Amino acid sequence: MATALADIITALKKTPEVTVLSALIDIQEQLHYLPPESIPAVAELTGVSVNDVYTVATFYTHFRFSPPGEHVIEACWGPSCHLRGASEVMAAAEKAVGATFDSDTPDGKFTLRKLSCAGACGHGPVVVLDHKMRGNAGPADVTAFVEQARKSGDSHH
Amino acid sequence: MPSTYDDLKRRALAEAQVAGLSGKPVITVGMGICGVSAGAREVYAALQDELKKQGVDAVLHPVGCVGFCYAEALVDITRPGQPRISYKNITPERVPELVRDVVKGANLRSDLALGAWGASPSPAIPNIHDFPAWKHQVRIATRNCGVVDPDNTLDYIARGGYGALNKALFDMKPDQVIDEVIKSNLRGRGGAAFPTGQKWKFLAGSPGPVKYILCNGEEGDAGAFNDKALLESDPNTVLEGIILAGYATRATKGYIFIRCEHWLPIQRARNAIRQAYELGILGKNILGSEFSFDAAVVQTGESYVSGEETALMEAIEGRRAMPRPRPPFPAAVGLWGKPSNINNVKTYSYVPEIVAKGGAWYASIGTERSKGTGLVCLSGDIVKPGLYELPFGLPLPTVINDIGGGAPGGKKVKFLQTGGPLGGFLPASLMEKTPMDFDAMNATGAMFGSGGIIVGSEDACVVDVVQVLTEFNADESCGKCFPCRLGTNHINQIMRRIREGKGRPNDMQTALDLAPGLAASLCAHGQLATNPIRTAYQYFKDEIEAHVKDRRCPAGRCAALRPQGAGTLAGAGNAR
Repeated sequence: MATALADIITALKKTPEVTVLSALIDIQEQLHYLPPESIPAVAELTGVSVNDVYTVATFYTHFRFSPPGEHVIEACWGPSCHLRGASEVMAAAEKAVGATFDSDTPDGKFTLRKLSCAGACGHGPVVVLDHKMRGNAGPADVTAFVEQARKSGDSHH
Repeated sequence: MPSTYDDLKRRALAEAQVAGLSGKPVITVGMGICGVSAGAREVYAALQDELKKQGVDAVLHPVGCVGFCYAEALVDITRPGQPRISYKNITPERVPELVRDVVKGANLRSDLALGAWGASPSPAIPNIHDFPAWKHQVRIATRNCGVVDPDNTLDYIARGGYGALNKALFDMKPDQVIDEVIKSNLRGRGGAAFPTGQKWKFLAGSPGPVKYILCNGEEGDAGAFNDKALLESDPNTVLEGIILAGYATRATKGYIFIRCEHWLPIQRARNAIRQAYELGILGKNILGSEFSFDAAVVQTGESYVSGEETALMEAIEGRRAMPRPRPPFPAAVGLWGKPSNINNVKTYSYVPEIVAKGGAWYASIGTERSKGTGLVCLSGDIVKPGLYELPFGLPLPTVINDIGGGAPGGKKVKFLQTGGPLGGFLPASLMEKTPMDFDAMNATGAMFGSGGIIVGSEDACVVDVVQVLTEFNADESCGKCFPCRLGTNHINQIMRRIREGKGRPNDMQTALDLAPGLAASLCAHGQLATNPIRTAYQYFKDEIEAHVKDRRCPAGRCAALRPQGAGTLAGAGNAR
């Protein structure tokens, strides 16, 4: 088990009311994905089978089993944002990075993810660029972000 | 020795700079998630720098959301002896002049002002109390939103917070608290509108010793952001409502349930709980009484169905959020097999004021069967999107046109999509005759639900919007009941086909015929899945049939049906 994961599991052992779901949420929050070895570790921690852990990890749609791209573009596609032009913003993002939503670019540079609601419906279209929420977004905003991200080359994690 | 409420109140008033008692100018920044998405964090940082740079001694603190999304980022400045003035659409670039002119100098900068909260000190600055978006409001659940510091419980106490809890603990028996809630006729705000007091009575009658109070803040409905706004803006009102529910039903612990990605409500709720323990408002012998109660935040993963009451319990227990069959109902067998009560964030938020002022006072607001206020979230094609607390019975045109300012660009409003993705469509013609009311809205096929109202203008296409909803409903079916798992996907395939101009003559009827099968699902996700298409077809049949029969999208929104060579949509994205 990698050190980072081992540390998280050690901390979880001291946390009250740990469940399969709460443990997985904790791991993903810190590592940004669920590494393969996290599944048996959570099974052992919570006293259930590996299958019981997978069943939860594959149900909630935000869990991922591989590291996300260096830069993450999330866009809300809910009806409020849709009415205000979300599909144009999303098309611009797909074009700029060369991948479709809910996938990563092969070079590991970008992840595109659909959000069903970010909670700022009054400001649609809403995008979240490297965890920074931005309202009233237009196609130019995501294009500029992608250009900047390509230039800087730094991972935000 | 735990502090009494009077001790806390004294301390709060002595320390509460925020409540404006320090004699210094007070500057607040609206930092709900809506404010953050409009750049409030950058504005806050710029204010910190600038106050230092210009050597100004002022109180600066974050607040939550007052509800005027359209004016974010919002900075409020109160100079001693003057009314608070709100400054709208503030960017970091504006901050130096704001500090120089308004905080330090005597120029109130009417050019940047949204308005003053009270009699205006300058004729060029309007009184916000006269705004349609304010004067129709009755602020009960949101009474502190946008003014209280959500991260400082003493500020809540300085404004009278936890006074209702103190009153209940020392002057009322648990049953009397339930009686007041029954008298108030408060109905659940999560969507089903079940009478809250009656629900509490069920739990009060269940045997202990362990019983749970669950607060549902999952809020996966696109277009509804009132739960998150309450938790971000005034988490202590929610918490006080939960503790009061615990006292009334003799429960032992409360859980606030929030989706893991909604980090701001999680942070603020956790902070409120931590401070409540420190101040003796949670834990053993609350405020020196005999009553003990614990509370915690619990996170769920991304899953819409986890907002369903029994699925929510599955998620808290760490499993897939799939509904359980009822009966047994949660009041008998709930979380970890123990009796539990589940209400929405909004529902609990009304309770402190109901206990403080009495159920009869609350019941004096609203209509015969929809008492009090509704927390309305306006979004979509609307000039003034925002969160407004409005008394039931208000005509919907007042809500949409006077408060929301109608559709942008002088366009006509075409429909309201209400009640979330399982809700319905209400055409403008019917909107004219319908008040904001649980039953009146239900009668149209649309519903009030949790208060989200998404406005579509004449530019919007019903097929285009309804397919977003059916796609969401298909994606979010948890998969437990096969009528829902298959039915929501079947409906979506049909709607997608119609949107792409490949609809077949009987498609709409086929989709609508799925309703009786879907009704066999365990929860509302399947049971209500035909609502959006049924109401869309009822009120916009011609428009839908044009897509099917004529392969034509009258509004010109559906990309596949646009004339060859037509460009992108006018008015989309930033242009609005």
